[in-house]
Amino acid sequence: MTATDTTVTTHEYEVEAPHGIWSWITTTDHKRIGIMYGVSAFIFFLMGGLEALLIRAQLAQADNTLVSAETFNQLFTMHGTTMVFLAIMPLSAAFFNFIIPLQIGARDVAFPRLNAFSFWVFLLGGLFLNASFLVGSAPDGGWFGYANLSSMQYSPGRHFDFWALGLQILGIASLAAGFNFIATIINMRAPGMKLMRMPIFTWMSFVTQLIVVTVFPVITVALVFLTFDRLFGTTFYSVAAGGDLLLWQHLFWLFGHPEVYILILPTMGIISEVLPTFSRKPLFGYPVVVYSGALIAIIGWGVWGHHMFAVGMGALADSYFSAATMLIAIPTGVKIFNWIATMWGGQIRFHTPMLFAIGFVAMFIIGGMSGVMHASPPTDLQQTDTYFVVAHIHYVLFGGAILGLFAGMYYWWPKIFGRMLSEPLGKLHFWLTMIGMNLAFFPMHIIGLFGMPRRIYTYSPDLGLETLNLVSTVGAMIIGVATLVFVFNVFRTRRRGQPAGKNPWGGATLEWAISSPPPVYNFTVLPEVRSLTPLWTDNGVSEIPDHPPAPIHVPGGSYWPLLTAIGVLILFLGALTRIVWPAALGVAWTMFCVFKWAYEPFEV
Amino acid sequence: MVAARHRPRRPFRGWAWAPILLVVLVAACQGPFPQSTFATTSRSAQDMRDLFMLIFGLAVVVFVLVEGALLFTVIRFRARPGAPDPKPVHGHTPLEIGWTLAPAFIVSLIAVPTVSAIWRSALNEPENPLRIEVVGHQWWWEFTYPESGVRTANEMHVPQGRPVVLEMTSADVIHSFWLPGLAAKRDAILGRTTRLEFTADSLGEFMGQCAEYCGTSHANMRVRVVVDAPDAFDGWTAAQLAGSVSPDSLSSLAREGLEVFRTPKTPATHSCIACHSVSGVSFGVAGPNLTHVGSRTRIAGGVLENSTENLTRWLDNPSAVKPGMGSQMQSGQLIGMPDVDLTPEEIRALVAYLESLR
Repeated sequence: MTATDTTVTTHEYEVEAPHGIWSWITTTDHKRIGIMYGVSAFIFFLMGGLEALLIRAQLAQADNTLVSAETFNQLFTMHGTTMVFLAIMPLSAAFFNFIIPLQIGARDVAFPRLNAFSFWVFLLGGLFLNASFLVGSAPDGGWFGYANLSSMQYSPGRHFDFWALGLQILGIASLAAGFNFIATIINMRAPGMKLMRMPIFTWMSFVTQLIVVTVFPVITVALVFLTFDRLFGTTFYSVAAGGDLLLWQHLFWLFGHPEVYILILPTMGIISEVLPTFSRKPLFGYPVVVYSGALIAIIGWGVWGHHMFAVGMGALADSYFSAATMLIAIPTGVKIFNWIATMWGGQIRFHTPMLFAIGFVAMFIIGGMSGVMHASPPTDLQQTDTYFVVAHIHYVLFGGAILGLFAGMYYWWPKIFGRMLSEPLGKLHFWLTMIGMNLAFFPMHIIGLFGMPRRIYTYSPDLGLETLNLVSTVGAMIIGVATLVFVFNVFRTRRRGQPAGKNPWGGATLEWAISSPPPVYNFTVLPEVRSLTPLWTDNGVSEIPDHPPAPIHVPGGSYWPLLTAIGVLILFLGALTRIVWPAALGVAWTMFCVFKWAYEPFEV
Repeated sequence: MVAARHRPRRPFRGWAWAPILLVVLVAACQGPFPQSTFATTSRSAQDMRDLFMLIFGLAVVVFVLVEGALLFTVIRFRARPGAPDPKPVHGHTPLEIGWTLAPAFIVSLIAVPTVSAIWRSALNEPENPLRIEVVGHQWWWEFTYPESGVRTANEMHVPQGRPVVLEMTSADVIHSFWLPGLAAKRDAILGRTTRLEFTADSLGEFMGQCAEYCGTSHANMRVRVVVDAPDAFDGWTAAQLAGSVSPDSLSSLAREGLEVFRTPKTPATHSCIACHSVSGVSFGVAGPNLTHVGSRTRIAGGVLENSTENLTRWLDNPSAVKPGMGSQMQSGQLIGMPDVDLTPEEIRALVAYLESLR
């Protein structure tokens, strides 16, 4: 008691974080929202992984009957949709939330309540999508949902409604978060943090958000057309009424390709933080890495046609999309060289985050090169819609995005929770993951080239591909085991993890200047930044005292973001069930909440 | 600090790769791979394969160099106890210009032959081609030869050496006609006509299947192409054009089967003749033309061998072979053949009849 009393008197401006479940539900603290994003997304990641294991179990042998055709089609649709929208994107969002304000020396994001709203909408959207399993109507049209298989005529059940409406809900979350982070990064940087002094993770996240706010409207338009076709009988994708089925494909891939960069750029940012820290050298060619990230985003807008070579767009379009796609290999290659050069001449320490980051580089090289292979239409006409492309996307999105996200988890875990994850368990996780992923995904290149299409629930033993498929299945199971090792590590760390201290890895950026976990207000005083690597440079940042020298205003929570998100959910439930009154209630509820939100007193 | 206590170890990246490659190579030796994109016997498919091998060769070189550089860096610059902090190098402009130009150069080595291959195939006007109209259905392929009037399903015959032009569309959702050994793939899209060209250089049977996800039984939408010598192809065409067997020449069991075939049932969609044509008997167009179904090597969208046992299995319950068969569209139309509740005797008779349709 005495000790506590002393603390209170000595640090009279210290702010305690609120406790209890209600404080989490109403929180507007970017750190808590980040943690909630991370936990929810990781649970969705485990579900997507379980779906993948079932898919692989079915394909372990030819003519297998473990799951039915209908179930299999739901599994691969939900695996893709879950991993893209409910796992990788929100896991990145967890890092945007937790890390960006710390890296730019801010107290929070620009719009804390909007941030909470994004999270709740994301969570409810994810639950909405997965609720389809409970009523036996999980989406079954592929994550790409091609028209006209998506029409009421060919998919009369509720499968596609869950998918089209669920993605619209998630789109709201992504757009709100996108604008929030753009506003945050532009406006909330600490004094002295010029754009070209911004940590590379924040830079790549910034580029990502610019892609999000420009491409999500495109998919929204495509989904609204689809929803109107299904609900109100419009004819956007009806050939009989003069529509063209390729409209959907153009709109979808106009979104879908930049989406790939939404998935990969944040993790490129993560490993661009990890590699310098564990090499004890600054990022080699920082401006070039920034510009090449931006260039990838810009060119990424103009390559969607490479998903559609098989529809026969004609020689001119094929030539253009092929050349534009190959162009992307240049900035991507530059990044890889810069990463290697960052390590060159360094003192490389092989901690788990570093292993995952090196693994990212090694695997991404493979994914990048198979990408160039199907950038060439004549070879793509053999490869598209086969397991070769499945191999490619998994080298990019698992070998790339997921390894990068794990690098980020191991790297920032001590900052977020104040405790170190176990290194031996982390290394076990890493090596099992590497072995598992290469066993699972490398044979898929061969499986595809030897004639196996994607999205088939069964295949003939005549194809001669049983052994390779079995190898792939074993690899997938090893990835499953590896992930359990990580989960065990997390639970073990809660009780037995070593305290982290401020800067366990010797990082150079601002988040490492404050205690772990960071106090509710982040920085006792707003820092003044004088260097790209503030903690590695003498006098790189102004002094940050351990305790606040003056009162800090920390806003209280608000329940309006959650209530507004629930209104959005009710609206979409109305659309799903084709009942008008919940839809009307949803609109009224949402508008009421937005109004109350807008007039919520500043000091709560 | 944790960092200071840690003793760096050699990374085992190379070791991890070795067993993986070994397993893959052993597995890859299983063969034969009848649907392989490497077992090509047409000019166009061979061109694609050659282009792939060029890109693959370049990729191997780049892979070895870049992964080698990564591996070397990681081993060479591992932390050593007591070593001084590295120099904080921030960049090196000439070096960076160099490694921007290097991928640009490699990519241009791929882009030039790619674009020239695109235009070569686009500008190629085959002489005196055999045109075949291809229609994708959930979940079977329909082939019509406008030159001769032959209509068949799932099994296409083409003559060796003569250019073939497939003019493709779909009756329902999007499909993709993929024939790895002869012609790669092209989508079949409702409301559009797409083209796929090839000239088969050698005799034989080629396997393919639908490559665009098209609903429940997408996996069961397979195709065979039989390349015949020109004479044999003419013989096949003549046989396909001949009318169906006359009822008089049928065995008594097959004649019973004909009766089952042409007797309308309730609901009408359960009648064979509602969907299937047999010349001289019926005019259905929703399902495959069965005039010469006995001459085909496969049935049920190419999934089953054409045998008495398999025909029986198929007629007994189509959706057990191809899930989704008989499911309803919103309009109430059926996708594929429903389970029509035939008695074992009826099935036996029908099978005899279908087998007589040679």
